[in-house]
Formats: sequence, C-alpha cells, structure tokens
Amino acid sequence: MADFQAQGKQPEVLFWVGCAGSFDDRAKKITKAFVKLLNRANLEFAVLGTEESCTGDPAKRSGNEFLFQMQAMTNIETMNSYGVKKVVTACPHCFNTIKNEYPSLGGSYDVMHHTQFLKSLLEDGRLKVESGQFKGKRITFHDPCYLGRANNVYEAPRLLLEKLEAELVEMKRSRKNGLCCGAGGAQMFKEAEKGNKEINIERTEEAIGTKANIIAAGCPFCNTMLTDGVKHKEQEAKVHVMDIAEMIAQAADL
Amino acid sequence: MMNFLPNAIFLAVLVSGVLFFAKNVGKLKRNIALGRDLEITGSKKERWNNLLMIALGQSKMVRRPVSGILHVVVYLGFIIINIEVLEIVIDGIFGSHRIFSFLGGLYGFLIGSFEIFAVLVLLAVIVFWWRRNVRRIARFLNPEMKGWPKQDANYILYFEVVLMTLFLVMNATDSSFQAMESGNTVSQFIAPWFAGFSESTIHLVERSAWWLHIVGILVFLNYLYYSKHLHILLAFPNVYFGSVTPKGQLDNMEAVTNEVKLMLDPTANPYAVPSGDTQSAPDKFGASDVQDLNWLQLLNAYSCTECGRCTSECPANQTGKLLSPRKIMMDTRDRLQEVGANIDANNGTFQDDGKQLLGDYISKEELWACTSCNACVEACPISINPLSIIMDMRRYLVMEQSAAPVELKNMMSNIENNGAPWPYNQMDRMNWANND
Ligand code: SF4
Ligand code: SF4
Repeated sequence: MADFQAQGKQPEVLFWVGCAGSFDDRAKKITKAFVKLLNRANLEFAVLGTEESCTGDPAKRSGNEFLFQMQAMTNIETMNSYGVKKVVTACPHCFNTIKNEYPSLGGSYDVMHHTQFLKSLLEDGRLKVESGQFKGKRITFHDPCYLGRANNVYEAPRLLLEKLEAELVEMKRSRKNGLCCGAGGAQMFKEAEKGNKEINIERTEEAIGTKANIIAAGCPFCNTMLTDGVKHKEQEAKVHVMDIAEMIAQAADL
Repeated sequence: MMNFLPNAIFLAVLVSGVLFFAKNVGKLKRNIALGRDLEITGSKKERWNNLLMIALGQSKMVRRPVSGILHVVVYLGFIIINIEVLEIVIDGIFGSHRIFSFLGGLYGFLIGSFEIFAVLVLLAVIVFWWRRNVRRIARFLNPEMKGWPKQDANYILYFEVVLMTLFLVMNATDSSFQAMESGNTVSQFIAPWFAGFSESTIHLVERSAWWLHIVGILVFLNYLYYSKHLHILLAFPNVYFGSVTPKGQLDNMEAVTNEVKLMLDPTANPYAVPSGDTQSAPDKFGASDVQDLNWLQLLNAYSCTECGRCTSECPANQTGKLLSPRKIMMDTRDRLQEVGANIDANNGTFQDDGKQLLGDYISKEELWACTSCNACVEACPISINPLSIIMDMRRYLVMEQSAAPVELKNMMSNIENNGAPWPYNQMDRMNWANND
C-alpha cells in the first residue's frame, strides 16, 4: 500500500490478508492462490503488509473489548490514512469485523469476502473460471458461520463451485442451518470444554457422509478444523479440504 | 335486586382477575426496567415487517413443519376464540345472552368456525402432549427441563383441553343456541349426550360450563406471569425490538471507545472529561448479574418459550458440552424473578443476597464453550439472542476479572504484542509472498 502511495496511485482494492493468511502454513496457500487469481484478472491491488494487524475479532469474541477497539482503531487509522475504499479478504472473521464493527469506530469501507469478489470479477468478464480437473467431482460446501448466518452470504461460493462444473452435494445442515466447524468465538485458540465429541469431528463426519471428494471451505479456520477432522478419520487419501480460491486457481493451472 | 347478583359477582370476578394480572404486569415492567438502557435504532419498517412475518405470521415456527403447523392451529384458535370471550364478558356484565347473535348468519359462521378450531386445538394439544411425554423428543429432555419447566408445559396443555371442552359443552347444552341450528357445527353432535336430562339440569350444565370457561380464562391469564406461556404476549414486542443488523455484528462498547480514544490520542487531555460524560462510564464492564444486562436481554428472558430449538442447533450442546442457550435464557429469567422478589420483600430496594447470575446460575464452563456461531439466534422463532448474554458475561470475566482460560490469555497477549493471535513477528507478515 505504501508503494502505491509513493507513486501517487490508488489501487482498486485492498487485499486484507489476515493473520491466518499471513502466518498459518495452510492458509498461506490460500493467500497465494487468491493473489494468482487477482493477477490473472489484471487487478491493481495492494496489501498493508507489515502495517496490517489483527482485526481484533478473537479478542472481541473472548470478551476483551479494550484490546479489540485498540486493534480496530489502529487498523482504521492505517486504512484511512491511505484512503482505502474497498477491501477484500479471504477470512470471514476479518470480513465480518471490518464490514460490521469498524464503521461505528470510524472505518467505513466497501468490504467483500473473496468469494463475492471473485464472483464479481467473473460477472465483469475479468476472470474466467475453467472447469478443469473438478468437472464432475463431488463437492460439498461448508458454510462458514461468519459468512453465512452472520452475513447472509450463501450463494456466491456456490455459484463459483457451479462454474467449476462440480457436482455440488449439500450436507443436511447447510446454509442457515449449517453446523459450525468449532473454531469461532476464539475456540480456535483453546481446548474445547468437556463433552462427548469435538465439534469439528461431528462436522467432518457429516461432510464425509455426503461421499464428496472435496470439502470446499471459504474460511482459513474452517479449513484447519475440517482438515484436522479428515486426518482424525484417516480419510486424507479420499477427501481433500480446499478453499474455493485454491480450486479456481488450480482449475486454471495457475 | 337478586336479579343483578350474577352480574355483580361476574364483575367482581372479572375485575379482580384483571387487577391481579395488572399487578403482575407492573412487576414485569419494573423487572425489565432493572436492565441497562439500550437505544433502539435501525429501520422501523424492517421492525414492523418482522412483527408481521415472524410474530404474527409465525414464519420461523414453520421451519419445523410438524410442531410449526400444530402451533399455528393453537395460535389461530387462541386469537379467534378471544372474540367469543368478548361476548362472554359483555353477557356477564349486562346479563344478556349471546349478545352477538343478532348478527344472524355471520354469528353462526363465527361460532361454527370457533367450534371447528376448538376441535383442532384439542387434537393439536394431544399431539403436543404425546411428543413431550410419550415420544419424548430430545429437545424437551435436557437437564434444564426437569421439574417445574416440564410440569409447566404439561399444565398449559391440560388447561387448553379443559377450556376447549368447556366451550363445546357450553354450546351443546345451550338449547336456544342449538335451536338456531346455525353455528353448532360440532356441538350438535355433543348435544344428544345430554338428551336424557331434564331441561333444568341441562341449563345448569350450560351455566356451569359458561362460568368455568370464563373463570378458567382469568386463571390462565394470571398463570402466564409464572409460566413460559408469557410468550403469547411478549413475543410481539420481543420480535419488534429484535436485532435488524447482521447477526455477526456485535455492539461496540461506547465506554470502552472513549477510553481507547484517550489512550491512543497523545494530545488528548485525560482530565478534560466533558461534563455530561460522567454518568456514561459504567461501574462495571460486561455482566455478572441481571442488572448488568440491557432491558432487551431481560425482555428476551421473559419471552423465551423454552422450546429448545436453539439448544438443539447448538454445536456445543450437540457435542455434549454443558452449554445450552435455552438454559442461559431460563437462568436469566429465574435470577431476574429472584431479584424482583427480593425487591418486593425489601420495600422496593434490592438487598444484596450474595448471589448473582454468574456462578450461581451460569457457570464459566458454559460461557467458554460457545463458538459464537449464531445457530441459536437463527433458530429462535421469536428473535431471542442468547449469544448476546454469553458475550456480555465473557466481557465481565475478561475485563473485570481477567478470568479467561489461559490459552485465550496467551492469544490476547500475542495480539497485544505482535498484532496476531499467534507468537509470530509482525515483520514476518509478508513472508507468504516469498518463495514456496
Ligand atoms: S452461538 Fe454459542 S450458544 Fe448459540 S448455538 Fe452457537 S455455540 Fe451454541
Ligand atoms: S431462546 Fe428461543 S429457541 Fe431458545 S428456547 Fe427460548 S424461545 Fe426457544
């Protein structure tokens, strides 16, 4: 972003990478895949790089409103100083926080989840989705809570999967009734409370039950939870967990 | 003089029934007002729309078709039969008999449809009872449903059976009504059961059914305050005031904003507190007791029907954790009732009873099991938000007591120090862009 400013230019969009996308080895692959797609679409985009800091979502959901607002205001100050208007992110938690919780703290942007953004690139003819190796594959989509129920985005990811000409099979609990992967509300960072099962195992079993070859995800945290679930069920050879951006990039041989 | 005795008795019964109810409504209002202020913003149009669709239209109830449709039957029956109650009240006060019968054909049509509804309600209630007590559907069996909540649900069903039966018997034994031969759609088949009785006995049965019916309704009205059945009144305001913002949006605490601004702005003078601002700083961050919740959360608690749709969708509950969003709502109501009774017993002021919602009702273990997935909020047919209470209590635990689980404390100190929930260096944020 600083480079753009030095050149006196304004990028089309700010790609908010997020902590998972920056540091988590699995999620970094999603980041790369998404960047490849942005480049393929000849899009001028920027990242904040080392100026980006956690949105504060896990702090807020843990109850630490102070830390959340500190993070939020720092990020808002950075983004406002660059005159950011449009933000895209591959993480539904960052998406939800920046879109819904930043405005009243002084940060109003046009925020999109990467599946919505890819859909719009598709509609504008700037990006083509090829069916490639996913044609006819059985795919089930896991609705991330913070994309689906939290923000009513159900169709954009499904539309992209249709473009891949995959056979989309729905789990019984999908869309509004989708079952959580178990990571939200800062659960990602702690052990679960005592119970008789892990939530991610419950969800993975449901996904495997659809006999899908691929579990499509739209959230780095769901991705981790479901990948762990598949490993736990020893199904890695048969079932893969992939982000939709990765699938589209792979289909296009990027 | 004697002729007016029944009217006088009726009036006395009616007035005392209504007054007693009004007294409890007063308590209800006072208890809800114990909550913190909350400004209601957002589109009024959307709120009216919600009231129309979700509350009046029961749109979320029918997402579970069996219980949903049966509930619609009972609900419509309830609304329609109120017209009949109006007639009873007028007759009772003025000593008239079926005052609306001058409507002729329309009257026959109205009463005829009430009779059909009465039968449908009876059938629905039987199925409801069977689902709870014979089929034993899982969501009615969670630990929080033992004892009073279980009995409460059944009492209501018995009540409905008695009221509907009285209504039909009253019509069947009303010879002048039967003679109209219009509107007695169902009761004409019950009337022959009484054929062997003398006219005066039949009249006595009719009068008794009439009296028991109206007294029963007044008792029912007064039962509401002690029951989950309060939802038949409160569901409407509750849905109207329910959130119209995206479910993922959690409120930003204003008191915190003010402090954070001061901390981040080096030029701000911390002593220059604007005069009007002093009362806005809360004595406590988050909630440990019902008075720390806002009035809408308390209204939510009184409105909860204990249906358990939230709990049956909750991922934590489904995987055997202690958390049940329904229990969060029931605990909040129970504690609020306890606080209310405390105020009543102490001449209008609350005396510390050494108890609070956190710990004595809701445990930390429950609170930390929530994934904030909003499944409970989505599932609730009357727009209750159990998650908002969970979040306010977490806020108290973290900001007032630093009582987060240790892993979360680590996560938070990582964010504080490195701007990420993991212990990575801020300067490594671009590493993803380097080689594979
Ligand atoms: S938000 Fe929390 S309480 Fe509600 S369903 Fe999800 S995990 Fe359960
Ligand atoms: S909160 Fe809503 S869904 Fe849950 S038990 Fe109460 S009324 Fe039912």
